[in-house]
Amino acid sequence: MISFVEMMHLALHVGLPHFLLLSAVLFAIGLFGLFTKKGIIAVLMCIELMLNAVNINFIAFNHYMPATDLSGQLMALFSIAVAAAEVAIGLALAFRIYHDHHTVNVDDLNHLKG
Amino acid sequence: MFSDFMLTHAWLIPLLPALAFLWIGFFTRLHKKRSAAIAITMSSLSFLLACGVTWAVLSGPITMETPFVQKTLWFEIGSVRIFMGSLVDPLTAMMLMVVTMVSLLVQIYSVGYMAHDPGAGRFFAFLSLFAASMLGLVIAVNFAQLYVFWELVGLCSYLLIGFYYDKVSAREAAKKAFITTRIGDFGLLLGILLLQITFGTLDFQELKVLVPAYIWISGTSFMTIVGLLLFIGPIGKSGQFPLHVWLPDAMEGPTPVSALIHAATMVVAGVYLVGRAYFIFSALPVVMNVIAWLGGFTAFFAATIALTQRPIKRILAYSTISQLGYMMLALGVGSLTASMFHLMTHAFFKALLFLCAGAVIEAMQDEADIFKMGGLRKKMPVTFAAMTIGVLAISGLPPFAGFFSKDEILGAAAAVSTPLYLLGTLTAFLTAFYMARLLFVTFFGEASPGCPATETNAFMRWPLIVLAVLSCVSGLWGHFAGFGEWVYFGAAEETGIDWVIAGTSTVLSLVAIGLAYEIYVAKRWSAYEISQRFGVLYTLSFNKYYIDEFYTLLRRTFCDGLGRILYWIDLHVIDGIVNGLARLVGVLSTIFTFLQNGQVQRYVAVFYGGVIVLVAYSLFYAYKVLTLLGGAF
Repeated sequence: MISFVEMMHLALHVGLPHFLLLSAVLFAIGLFGLFTKKGIIAVLMCIELMLNAVNINFIAFNHYMPATDLSGQLMALFSIAVAAAEVAIGLALAFRIYHDHHTVNVDDLNHLKG
Repeated sequence: MFSDFMLTHAWLIPLLPALAFLWIGFFTRLHKKRSAAIAITMSSLSFLLACGVTWAVLSGPITMETPFVQKTLWFEIGSVRIFMGSLVDPLTAMMLMVVTMVSLLVQIYSVGYMAHDPGAGRFFAFLSLFAASMLGLVIAVNFAQLYVFWELVGLCSYLLIGFYYDKVSAREAAKKAFITTRIGDFGLLLGILLLQITFGTLDFQELKVLVPAYIWISGTSFMTIVGLLLFIGPIGKSGQFPLHVWLPDAMEGPTPVSALIHAATMVVAGVYLVGRAYFIFSALPVVMNVIAWLGGFTAFFAATIALTQRPIKRILAYSTISQLGYMMLALGVGSLTASMFHLMTHAFFKALLFLCAGAVIEAMQDEADIFKMGGLRKKMPVTFAAMTIGVLAISGLPPFAGFFSKDEILGAAAAVSTPLYLLGTLTAFLTAFYMARLLFVTFFGEASPGCPATETNAFMRWPLIVLAVLSCVSGLWGHFAGFGEWVYFGAAEETGIDWVIAGTSTVLSLVAIGLAYEIYVAKRWSAYEISQRFGVLYTLSFNKYYIDEFYTLLRRTFCDGLGRILYWIDLHVIDGIVNGLARLVGVLSTIFTFLQNGQVQRYVAVFYGGVIVLVAYSLFYAYKVLTLLGGAF
């Protein structure tokens, strides 16, 4: 059994597990939204959420690495840049789809089926 | 100096008519007179060059053993180097003279003959190409070059036999000629490939050294196969039995073409090939026997058919087959000289006979049946005189050309085999008879009323006169100038006359001509009754021994039968496989379209399902490895 003191210690001293937990929760929320949301904008937002969960992981791990190693931060920055591009294209696609089909419901967008 | 120049420029001889072909084909095809002028100019130039080459050969150190060779690399595949060039020896020089002279005369004749034909330009283009192909074949330095031009000759014969392509019979005859000779060419090609594989070279001069050495070391068995395969080519090209069927049909082309095919350019190619490759054939007794007997048989066989035919050109066509048989017979009994001598004289008198026949047919307004002619002697005196000389020459009466060359052949045959000699003499008798029949029926008797025949124009007359003179003197010249010291194989031959043999054949020819006179002019016996008396034999001969029908039967049975089997296989096996595959794809696609429903979120779900499976598996695997390592965690 874990003692009360230890529990408080864990609760008050923020460490790596807290970051990982936060990241996992964000990722799960994003995945859930990805599966369930019907609007294409919401789906894109969920994808952003999942990406940011991963970024948190990168930053957190980097914090516990030796101070000279910045590869985690670099990776996170790189990921943010790619995500920005992805969002730009995703939103442009969403705009075009709405323009052509007058809907953003992903269930109706199945014209590419075999 | 001059002779060197001539020899080093011998390659121009085939090139000039080829240029004429290209020029006419591209620029002046629609212009009759200009096309004819170009063709004749080029032919004259190559005739002059051929004269120069012949002079150089006669005056220089060129003999059959020491030819002049000039060659350049044509292409190279791996270690195989194929050359093109010109090989000039007395045999080549003789052939160059004959081919250029006959084709020049035929072209001049064609100016008159084709004057009213709208396709005359095309005709002259093909004639030039035909001459060019044959000349290229004649000066070939190796089997590869020879084969290329051999096929070109076949192509030209196809084009010219089918010249009147709007006539079904002409198209059929052209196809028949091409396909029949193709059968022979295939054997020739196999023989050439075997030579290349065995010796690594196709060059005549190199093979001349290599082949006897090979035979000396390893015997004749393998080379006999090669020799027989090579000989299949000449069987097809030179109309030997059983591939002779295309030659009589080849008369569907315009008559000058028949003259060219029968005299100088097409059929003698086979004889020439055997002569050129004589160092192979002469070392193989089995092949030599085949050549001799096939030639002798063909000579006799074709002569018996010619006895009963009615169209004038068909009679001449069978006489060509018969005379080619003579040439093969001479080669088979080992006398290159006799064969080539006969080739030369035959080229002149056969061209003469065909051009006369063309003049007669033209005068009779395309009537070819000799029994519908008659009495043309008075209406066409020049043609009659020329035809008479041709008939006397082919019948082997002295002093015309055929007498000397036929005597050479019969003498050579008698020295080797009595049956072959008897066959040859009998053929000479038949030849004299059917040629006299042709002459008497066509030119004697009474002309039918309203017969439109008149003497031919100058373009057609002068070639006849030149050829008639040549038919008179070429035999005498060959005999007294020593043809055998010039064109020979092994050792130079004496051109003596065996008076017994020559006398026998002359007497027999005279008897045959007399017999024909009695039957067809004096009408002492009725030709009809004689034909009735021979009954079955007459029917067989008249129907050409039913060989065409036999081939048709073979084709119907085997080709069509095979075709039906293959059709069934195609319909049920090949199509079955293809249709089955299509059906399989259809079934699979219905299964996969079920998965491919276009719902993005389902794809995502499947994707993450896959991720979960992978993660679970890798965790499980890592756990297992760590457990094996001793449970560090």
